[in-house]
Amino acid sequence: MFCDVCNTKEATVFLTQMTPGNVKKVNLCASCSKIQGVDDPLSFALTNLLSGLEATDKIAQSSLSCPVCGFSQSDFKKRGRLGCSACYDIFIEGLSVILPNLHRGIVHTGKVPIKIAQAYARASQLEALQTSLAHAISKEQYEHAAHYRDLLEELKKNPPGNLEKKMSPRQKKIDSPIPSKADDLLL
Amino acid sequence: MNFSDLFDTTKDLRMHSVPHSQIVVSSRVRLARNLHQKPFPGWAKKSERITLMEEMKSAVEALPEMALAFSERMENLSLLEKQVLVERYLISCEHAQKSFGSALVMNTHQTLSVMINEEDHLRMQAILPGFQLKEAFSMIAKIDTALEERLAFAFHPKLGYLTACPSNVGTGMRVSAMLHLPGLVLFEYMNKIINAVHKMGFVVRGLHGEGTDAMGNLFQISNQTTLGEKEEDIIQRLHVVIEQIIQHESNARVILLKQKSEELEDHIGRTYGILCHAYSITTKEALNLLSLIKLGIDLSLFPADVSHDVNALLIEVQPAHLQKRAQLPKTTTKIRDSLRAKLIRTKLKNLPKPLLL
Ligand SMILES: [Zn+2]
Ligand SMILES: [Zn+2]
Repeated sequence: MFCDVCNTKEATVFLTQMTPGNVKKVNLCASCSKIQGVDDPLSFALTNLLSGLEATDKIAQSSLSCPVCGFSQSDFKKRGRLGCSACYDIFIEGLSVILPNLHRGIVHTGKVPIKIAQAYARASQLEALQTSLAHAISKEQYEHAAHYRDLLEELKKNPPGNLEKKMSPRQKKIDSPIPSKADDLLL
Repeated sequence: MNFSDLFDTTKDLRMHSVPHSQIVVSSRVRLARNLHQKPFPGWAKKSERITLMEEMKSAVEALPEMALAFSERMENLSLLEKQVLVERYLISCEHAQKSFGSALVMNTHQTLSVMINEEDHLRMQAILPGFQLKEAFSMIAKIDTALEERLAFAFHPKLGYLTACPSNVGTGMRVSAMLHLPGLVLFEYMNKIINAVHKMGFVVRGLHGEGTDAMGNLFQISNQTTLGEKEEDIIQRLHVVIEQIIQHESNARVILLKQKSEELEDHIGRTYGILCHAYSITTKEALNLLSLIKLGIDLSLFPADVSHDVNALLIEVQPAHLQKRAQLPKTTTKIRDSLRAKLIRTKLKNLPKPLLL
């Protein structure tokens, strides 16, 4: 049996990994297993290899390339790694096929950087106020509406830290509490 | 701090008063982080990589935890020095292959190490002796939070921290513990354990190699998935699994003492004889025999105060450490085998014979 990575040498290291609902096998030759750092689980993940071997096909189907770093479909096929963080938005379609096989879930529920958490909180506050404002206007409760408008003005005038400075005019108009793209929250 | 200071500091990864340190040798937590919209190290041009590395290096050096740190660009470290760091689990094999555009920053205690421009822009690790996964996590989470102030990390509202490889996305966190399991190996119980652990989505690997053929009866257990679960939940699940393995190993040791004491005495007596009298010994044989001495210490067949020397030997008998210590520009396997035997004889000179059960 040949090595799954170099396809030239005899495989001597056989790895199996179980993720929920999935068993994956990969066969490596001695030198590739050394390069992949099989000895050290923190630097090596079988899934790294597998995503390089199988998942590439899924991403390779798209004909896009990343406007930020120039990374393309064929590059992923070759390397099994992405080019930059913006690639995640460009190749999201292919990635959303791969990710469920690699992980226990598809949505991050863990730590959020403080600046981003603040931006989320602010965005949802803005949205809540805008909803209340619209509601008050529709009910012709103009006193309430004026109050909400004042609060909104205040919130917009007092940006959290230096976050506002970095926001382009487009990004200032956050209309959903959790933007769907990384770009919507400039760091 | 320079490399020779670092080399001379042999840290005892199994300090006393550390929880479960007889069975859990060490606990590690590693976080992967990347800079927002900057090319990942494997894709960046050399000049870009160097610019980003310098920016990150100063940010990491500025952390209070990194006062007097060891901080070096990878091209300034020799192959041998890099290999020493790998043997101490302070850098990965992949990072050891890096040169221009990559760096390492590490605290004086050698408990925190930050690899700059490995596969991701930052791979930050905390390593502690004994069973201290939660403590290691809070150490590295603190570094992460402090760096957030200075560096813009790539973060996606749905996918979490973005990494070069989709298999690390989400928390970007890998947690691992090194377990010493001679009892389970002697009873040929490891395959069962490995299968059971796999089913929970974790992976078990020998110190050098796959499956049950682990050197020194040392096994590493770690998580493989990073998306869809909170950091604390991943750690808690792994914690529970490790507690169970500790229980099984303890049971195996009790049975060993009760039912197989003669075999055990023979094993440990022979081990003692070989280690104290060998003139040439391979890494594998040395680690396997030192593992039995460790077991002997845990079972009170040897005095507890030799524990430090034996633990240090587990690192010092490895090839790069031997060569560095001997200050030889080049060694062969044969030379190393005899250097190794000599080092062990010297270090165990005062080790008394094992007490009879
Ligand atoms: Zn190969
Ligand atoms: Zn890109």
